[in-house]
Amino acid sequence: MADRETDVLTGTETTGHEWDGIKELNTPLPKWWLYTFYATIVWAFGYFVLYPAWPSFSSFTTGMLGYSSRAEIAETMDQVAAGRAAWAEKFATTPVEEIVADRELLDFAMAGGKTIFADNCQPCHGAAGSGALSYPVLADDDWLWGGGIEAIYATVQHGIRSSSEETRVSEMPRFGADETLTPKEIASVADYVLSLSGTAKATEEGAMLFADNCAACHAEDGKGMAELGAPNLTDGIWLYGAGKAAIVAQVTAPRHGVMPAWSGRLNDVSIKQVSIYVHSLGGGQ
Amino acid sequence: MSPASAGVAVQADVVSYEDDVIRKFVIASTFWAIVGLLMGVIIALQLAYPFLNPPLEWFTFGRLRPVHTSAVIFAFGGNVLIGTSFYSVQRTCRANLFGGRDLANFVFWGYQMFIVLAASGYLLGITQSKEYAEPEWYVDLWLTIVWVAYLVAFAGTLLKRREPHIYVSNWFYLAFILTIAMLHIVNNLAVPVSWTGAKSYIVWAGVQDAMTQWWYGHNAVGFFLTAGFLGLMYYFIPKQAERPVYSYRLSIIHFWALIFLYIWAGPHHLHYTSLPDWAQTLGMTFSVMLWMPSWGGMINGIMTLSGAWHKLRTDPVLRFLVVSVGFYGMSTFEGPLMSIKAVNSLSHYTDWTIGHVHSGALGWVAFVSFGALYFLTPRLWNRTRLYSLQLVSYHFWICTVGIVVYISAMWISGIMQGLMWRSYDHLGFLQYSFLETVDAMHPYYVIRAFGGILFLLGSLIMVYNLWRTAQGKLRKEAAFGEVPGAPGILPAAAE
Repeated sequence: MADRETDVLTGTETTGHEWDGIKELNTPLPKWWLYTFYATIVWAFGYFVLYPAWPSFSSFTTGMLGYSSRAEIAETMDQVAAGRAAWAEKFATTPVEEIVADRELLDFAMAGGKTIFADNCQPCHGAAGSGALSYPVLADDDWLWGGGIEAIYATVQHGIRSSSEETRVSEMPRFGADETLTPKEIASVADYVLSLSGTAKATEEGAMLFADNCAACHAEDGKGMAELGAPNLTDGIWLYGAGKAAIVAQVTAPRHGVMPAWSGRLNDVSIKQVSIYVHSLGGGQ
Repeated sequence: MSPASAGVAVQADVVSYEDDVIRKFVIASTFWAIVGLLMGVIIALQLAYPFLNPPLEWFTFGRLRPVHTSAVIFAFGGNVLIGTSFYSVQRTCRANLFGGRDLANFVFWGYQMFIVLAASGYLLGITQSKEYAEPEWYVDLWLTIVWVAYLVAFAGTLLKRREPHIYVSNWFYLAFILTIAMLHIVNNLAVPVSWTGAKSYIVWAGVQDAMTQWWYGHNAVGFFLTAGFLGLMYYFIPKQAERPVYSYRLSIIHFWALIFLYIWAGPHHLHYTSLPDWAQTLGMTFSVMLWMPSWGGMINGIMTLSGAWHKLRTDPVLRFLVVSVGFYGMSTFEGPLMSIKAVNSLSHYTDWTIGHVHSGALGWVAFVSFGALYFLTPRLWNRTRLYSLQLVSYHFWICTVGIVVYISAMWISGIMQGLMWRSYDHLGFLQYSFLETVDAMHPYYVIRAFGGILFLLGSLIMVYNLWRTAQGKLRKEAAFGEVPGAPGILPAAAE
C-alpha cells in the first residue's frame, strides 16, 4: 500500500501515505532536537536523585541533599532574625518614648514602619497620613486621642471603638435626634463653633448653649480633650467636613468612626515601628 | 492559494461531506472571538482605570474576567477546534461524519448552550471559583453530555475511515477530546446543595483540591490549547502550503512524548505552597522535559515550508499559520523556563504569567485559528478566493504589533512587580508597599490595553473580510505580494 516517492524540493523520501492530498516526509529526527531532549531527561533524573521526588505509600524519596522547602523558609526567616538580632531585642524591650530618643533604634523603627503603614494604614489614612473625609490626617498636629508617642502607640494597639476590650471609646450625644436641642439652637451653636476658628459670627445664645452642652468635653475654649477623644474645634480642621451644614449634621446625629485594634494583627515590634513612623509624619508631640 | 486543490484528493466515489455544521462553527468561532477579545479589552481598561467598574456588580472586573477567559478559550477556541476537527477528520478519513447531520447539530447547539449557561452564570455571580472551571455543576453536567456526543461523532468517523492509516492531526484531536473529558469530570466532581439551586461543593479538599485544579488547569492548556491546536496545525499548514509534512518520525515521537509528559506538569502552578516538595519536583522536571516534545510541533510546522518559503510573500494566510507556530515555540520555551522553581519564585503571581498566557493565546491559538478560518471560509461557501488578501495582511500586521505591545508590557510590568515584591533592605524590611507596586504597573496596564485594542481591531478586519467572502464578493486589488521589478520566484515554485 505504501507508495514511497522522493520529494523534489527537499530530496527526502515520503512515507508513501496520503490523506486529502497531504503527504509526509520521512525526515529523521533533528539531532540537536533529540540530544536536547535527552539532556533534559538526564537533568531530570539528576534532580530526582538530589531532591524530594517520588512518592511511596506513606512517604517519599527525600533526595541526597535532604532539601525541604519548609526547612528552607525557616532558615531564611532565622537569617533575617539573626540580622536584626542586635536591634530587635533591644527594640522590643525599650518603651516607645525612649526609642524615639535613640537615633539607632529610631532608624530601625523607620525602616519597617513606612511599609507597614502603607500596607495597613494607608487604605484609610492616605499616603503618608494625608487623610480623607472621615479619616483623620496623621501628618498635622491635630490629634483626636493625643499625638504623643505613647498615645499613638496605644491607639494603634487597641483601636478606636474597636472590638478590643481596651479600645479607646467615646460617644457624642445626639443633640438633635434626641431633641436635647431644637434645630434653631443647633444652628446657633454651630455658628458659635464656627466662630472659634473665625469663620462665622457668634451670638450670645450660641455661646451659652456651647458652655452648657459642649464645653464639658470640648473644653471652655473649644480646644478639645484628647482623653475623651473630643476634637479641637478652633483649628479649622473638620473630620466630617467643613461648613455650617456639616457641623449641624454632626451635632444633630453624630457620626463615629471606627479604627481596628492592631494587636493580634501585627506583632508588637511592627506596632511600635508603625507608631513611631506615624509620630514622625509631621505632628508628633 | 488554490481553492481547487481542496477537493483534489477526494475521489469521485466518496460521499459528500457534512459541511453545513462546519459553516455554523466558523460563524460561531468568529462571533465568540470578537466577544472574547472585547471582554479582554474591557477588563484591561478596568484594571488600568478602576472607575470603569460600574456600580452594578454584574459588569465589574471580578465577574467579567471569567467571561473573557471562557469566551476566548472555550467559546472561540472550542468552536474552532470542534469545527476544524469535523472538517479535517472527514477529509483525512474519506468518510462523512459519524452520526450525520443530527449528531453534528446536537454538538453545535449543545456547545453554544454550554457557553451561554456558563457566561450568564458568571455575570450573576454563580461560580465554583476554580480558574477555567468556574461553571457550576449543572453546566458541567450538560457539557459532559455534549462532549461525549462530540467524542462519538469524531471517533465514529475514525472507525469508519476509508484510509488505511489515521492521520497525525487526528491523533492530536483524539488526545484532546479524551483528555479534556477526563480532566473535566475529575476536577468538577461536586455535590450540589440542592437539585434546584446552583451551589455545589467540590469533593476535593485542601491541597488535594489545589492539585486537582492545577492538574486540570495546566492540562487545559496542554490538551485544549496545545494538543487540539496542533491537530489543527497538522492539517491546515500542509494544506495551505501545499507541501508534505516535514517529518513523520518527529510527529510520532513528539506526539507520544507530549501527551505522556504534559499530564505531569500541573504542580508547577503550586511551587512554594503547601503542596509537598516531591510533587513540586515532579511538576518542574516534567515541565522541563516537555520543552523538546513541544518544539517537535514547531519544527514540523515551520519546516513543512522548506522548499516553499517564498509562499510567505504571496500568501498572508500562510503567514498567520507559520507565525503562530513561531509564537507557539516561544511560549513553550518560556513555559518550562517559568516552571523552574528559582524563576517561578520571581514570576509567580505577577503579570509575567499574564504575558506568557497571552503570547500563547494570541500568538499561537488565535493566529492558527485565524489561518484556519481564512482557509475554510472560501471553501465552505464555494468561493474562488477570499474577498481580500490585502485585508488579511492588514489584519496580520495590526494583530502582530498588538501582541508584541501586549506581551512586552506584561514582561516589564511582571518582572518589575516581582522584583519590587522581593525587595528588602539589609534588616529584612520590605522596601515597597503593595500599593506602590500597583502604582508602578499602571503605565503598563495602559499599554497592555492598547495592545489588546489593536488585536481587537485587526480581528474586526477579519470579520469584515470573511463576511464579504461568504457573500461571494471579491475586492478589486492587485495580486498580493507581487513586487514590480523584483527577482522572480524561483522556478521550483512552479512545481
